[in-house]
Amino acid sequence: MTDRAIRVQNLRKQYPGRDKPVDAVNGLDLDVAVGECFGLLGPNGAGKTTTVEILEGLNEPTSGEVEVLGRNWRQHATEIRERIGVTLQETRFPEKQTVLEVLSLFRSFYRHGLEPAEVIARVSLDAKANSYVEQLSGGQQQRLAVAVSLVGDPELLFLDEPTTGLDPQSRRQLWDVIRDLHNRGRTTVLTTHYMDEAERLCDRVAIVDHGKVIALGSPAELIARLGGEHIVEFAVGGDAPALDAAVFGAIPSVLDARAEADGYALTVGEPHLAIPALLDLLEVENRPLARLTTRQVSLEDVFVALTGRHLREADESNGAAREKPKRGRRGRAGAGRG
Amino acid sequence: MVAWTSFKALYLSRLREFYRQPARIFWVYGFPMIMAVSLGLAFQNRLPDPTQVDLVANDASKPVEAALKAYESRAASAKKPGLVLKISPLETALTRLKTGKTPLVVEPLAAGPSYHFDPTRPEAIAAKKAIDDILQEDAGRVNPLKTAEVEITEPGSRYIDFLIPGLIGLNALGGGMWGIGFLIVNFRIGKLLKCFMATPMPRRNFLLAIMASRLTFLAPDLAVLLGLGVFGFGMPIRGSLLLVIVLDVVGSLAFAGIGLLIAARANSTEAVTGLMNMVMLPMWLLSGVFFSSERFPAAIQPVVRALPLTQLISALRMVILEGAGVAAVLPALGILAAWAVVAFGIALRIFKWT
Ligand SMILES: Nc1ncnc2c1ncn2[C@@H]1O[C@H](COP(=O)(O)OP(=O)(O)O)[C@@H](O)[C@H]1O
Ligand SMILES: [Mg+2]
Repeated sequence: MTDRAIRVQNLRKQYPGRDKPVDAVNGLDLDVAVGECFGLLGPNGAGKTTTVEILEGLNEPTSGEVEVLGRNWRQHATEIRERIGVTLQETRFPEKQTVLEVLSLFRSFYRHGLEPAEVIARVSLDAKANSYVEQLSGGQQQRLAVAVSLVGDPELLFLDEPTTGLDPQSRRQLWDVIRDLHNRGRTTVLTTHYMDEAERLCDRVAIVDHGKVIALGSPAELIARLGGEHIVEFAVGGDAPALDAAVFGAIPSVLDARAEADGYALTVGEPHLAIPALLDLLEVENRPLARLTTRQVSLEDVFVALTGRHLREADESNGAAREKPKRGRRGRAGAGRG
Repeated sequence: MVAWTSFKALYLSRLREFYRQPARIFWVYGFPMIMAVSLGLAFQNRLPDPTQVDLVANDASKPVEAALKAYESRAASAKKPGLVLKISPLETALTRLKTGKTPLVVEPLAAGPSYHFDPTRPEAIAAKKAIDDILQEDAGRVNPLKTAEVEITEPGSRYIDFLIPGLIGLNALGGGMWGIGFLIVNFRIGKLLKCFMATPMPRRNFLLAIMASRLTFLAPDLAVLLGLGVFGFGMPIRGSLLLVIVLDVVGSLAFAGIGLLIAARANSTEAVTGLMNMVMLPMWLLSGVFFSSERFPAAIQPVVRALPLTQLISALRMVILEGAGVAAVLPALGILAAWAVVAFGIALRIFKWT
């Protein structure tokens, strides 16, 4: 027996590109323990989907070692499929089937699994059990997709951006489903580009950028690596030329200072030392304070510290990034005739 | 055991999905019926059009007019084509002739009637011949040879009888394109195909379920069109009904194979509809659904005959209308089976599952 759910070594995936090949995954290593909730956090186009689809046996790696539940895809594909559950980034189920019918269909694919009704209860779709897929909201369709991945009672569950594009309430409902799984001792691998999601749900997070893991650890560890626990964000008024962020680096307890789009952000160990000193400095410089907020360090700051970009900016600057999925009323699914 | 459970679940899911879509039911069953009924009525064997003729009003026109009127009243009671007679001055009549409003102008002269017409227009020649016969016989001509006319209006040789097997073939083609090709590409676009592939369900079961539901839908497809022909229009089924069913099944398998082939790699609606048109258009035009494919020039006949729809429709017509047996349609069955085997073979080889 192994207590490792996933082992990935030096994984590479190259796609033929228009001018030059695209290295979607570029030497990625991962180890996920059984029972862990593991997050792949990174901007759009980082290679998260490519990585999980290789782990799910839906994509072939160009090179590298992949082991899932102690098995490999070449020899044990059917066995692995019996034991994993997969929620893709966006799936359109046939629109004229009820929630219960879709789940019964998927239940028929597995030797062992859960009762469709039980899975429906777990994702809180009881009231919609007999509604057609086309009548579900975006959040409900996403919960159906998660239910579909649970119906085979998997030991290992993959969720690719499960909450992207959802409203806050639907996101919280999905988080509850994922926490519930964690409490049942199941292993979960989820990808997200929401740092708050990774922070709340994951035992460990791998921050992925350009197909590589650039940081790995529990959210608390990653944050601790920045040294400070707080971020002080402020903006100054007046028409005078902008100040160099380095000026603020000298303030006591400030570990890092950087200019933001409309102000500055300081990484600070002890705000009660740093803030009075900051106010004094601005007074000397004769700059009125326009805004001042403090908050806890987040994984977003870790990403910025590592790459110099925000997760969101990275989204927008990445031309190859996929279109954001559209939710709500989706297009035709399962069209055609018998 | 599990293998068959998933097949059955997929199969039933396909049937449910279809019967819950009234719009689709209309296109599959209602539309061909409306087409059969309207085309059947439009090309019903009925009296030929009346002959149109303009008579010039002058001193000599009275006897001619009387002869034509007398003919008209005889024609009406004998159910023969009548006349559309217009009497006008010479000027007006010739203008109408030049502008194509009438095919024939009769100008009665002392020496006898004179015909104005354009000899390159077939309807003008027919009109001239008809009016000349009427006037000659009125003047006392006796035909030296006695002839008889046998008209064919018996069931089996009318347009509707020709059309029904064509529509059955067209439905089989549409079923393969929409029910296999378009359906699978939609599954791919919606990532449902990928979602299926992430489960232990064998790919074979997915394909078998889609094929099984396609063949299931053949029963109502065939029943609706044959029923309409037989009960609505009195179309005979001269050969074996079983052979008709076998032909429809084998033809549908050929189209299912082609449907699978066009779905093998397409991953957008545009791509699959383009491919579907590329497959369907030539067959719509060349395979003899609405008129006989034998009218095409000999040079393209080999292409026309190689098309699966041509083979299916002509074999169906042979069995239904001429009572042909298995031996006569064996070549058609062979060609259809070859299409099915080759198309499936290539499709499965190049199919993109994920
Ligand atoms: N099928 C494909 N063909 C070519 N390039 C691809 C393909 N799939 C993904 N890519 C590229 O690989 C990179 C990683 O994509 P992806 O794994 O989807 O990232 P993420 O899920 O993190 O947003 C992107 O640059 C993307 O454009
Ligand atoms: Mg992705």
